[in-house]
Amino acid sequence: MKKIKKIKIKINGEIKSIYQDSNLSEVINNLKIPLNKVAIELNEEIIDKKKINKIKLNKNDKIEIVHFIGGG
Amino acid sequence: MKKDSLIIANKKFNSRLIVGTGKYKSMSDCAKAIKLSGAEIVTVAVRRVNISDKNKPLLMDYIDPKKITYLPNTAGCFNSKEALRTLRLAREIGGWKLVKLEVLGDKKNLFPDMIETLKSTEVLAKEGFKVMVYCNDDPLMAKRLENSGADAIMPLAAPIGSGLGIQNKINIQIIRKQTKLPLIIDAGLGQASDATIAMELGCDGVLVNTAIAKAKKPFEMALAFKNAVIAGRQSYKSGRIDKILMGNPSSPSKGII
Repeated sequence: MKKIKKIKIKINGEIKSIYQDSNLSEVINNLKIPLNKVAIELNEEIIDKKKINKIKLNKNDKIEIVHFIGGG
Repeated sequence: MKKDSLIIANKKFNSRLIVGTGKYKSMSDCAKAIKLSGAEIVTVAVRRVNISDKNKPLLMDYIDPKKITYLPNTAGCFNSKEALRTLRLAREIGGWKLVKLEVLGDKKNLFPDMIETLKSTEVLAKEGFKVMVYCNDDPLMAKRLENSGADAIMPLAAPIGSGLGIQNKINIQIIRKQTKLPLIIDAGLGQASDATIAMELGCDGVLVNTAIAKAKKPFEMALAFKNAVIAGRQSYKSGRIDKILMGNPSSPSKGII
């Protein structure tokens, strides 16, 4: 069986290892993040949440996932 | 009595009290205090999702954004770039256009950096945001913000979280006279009577967080602020008497035995 290569990316400042050719949607789903309550940035660019299954991830990509918390 | 709504960016609100959702012991405490305060708008912050603890409670599970208007803020931003990034993300979460812009200039006193604030207001207004702007109590800057497309002017009463109450009543009154935009006192209130004073100066509303969240009894304080804002507004609308230096008896001087 061919071994699938892994790559390293950063999510919210934490280094994570994912399968090469993963798309953004798979990564978000694996984290069990409710898509309707967050916004996503890939390399400091805001991502249209409707298109995340079409976005392939590359080595050293930086993802930020944010939501609303208590604040004044 | 005629209905006296607060109108911000063409949206009507019955309550003139806006409350922050930070600093509470728990999210359920925060939700309870909001309910008691009668607030229809709450400020919220934009932060990273905790990806290692997926069971962490979410604010939206406690405060329903369909019932209460979320006002995303830029707390913690110290320049225009950070503030714009934060609010663009906030909009992406679910279409939020009504936002609170707050660009701080000093980590100790938390005073706003008005140059960065002004720059950000212009950009956000052009991008279609409805911007409520935290600012200092300077009438000239307030005018500039208005000319840059702000939807509400929100001068501080005193430094954020200080509880000092309104320090510069004259400036607030001058700003009131010069603008038709909603004028909301944001930051620095310590007790309910501070809110009454703000409303009596002619402000359209007040924004309170720490004074409620950190009171010994937050729920009771939430209710006190609710009543204080209503009382202040009624007092302002009723037209106070002129101040005189001498006494003026309340009972008729005729017919004294």
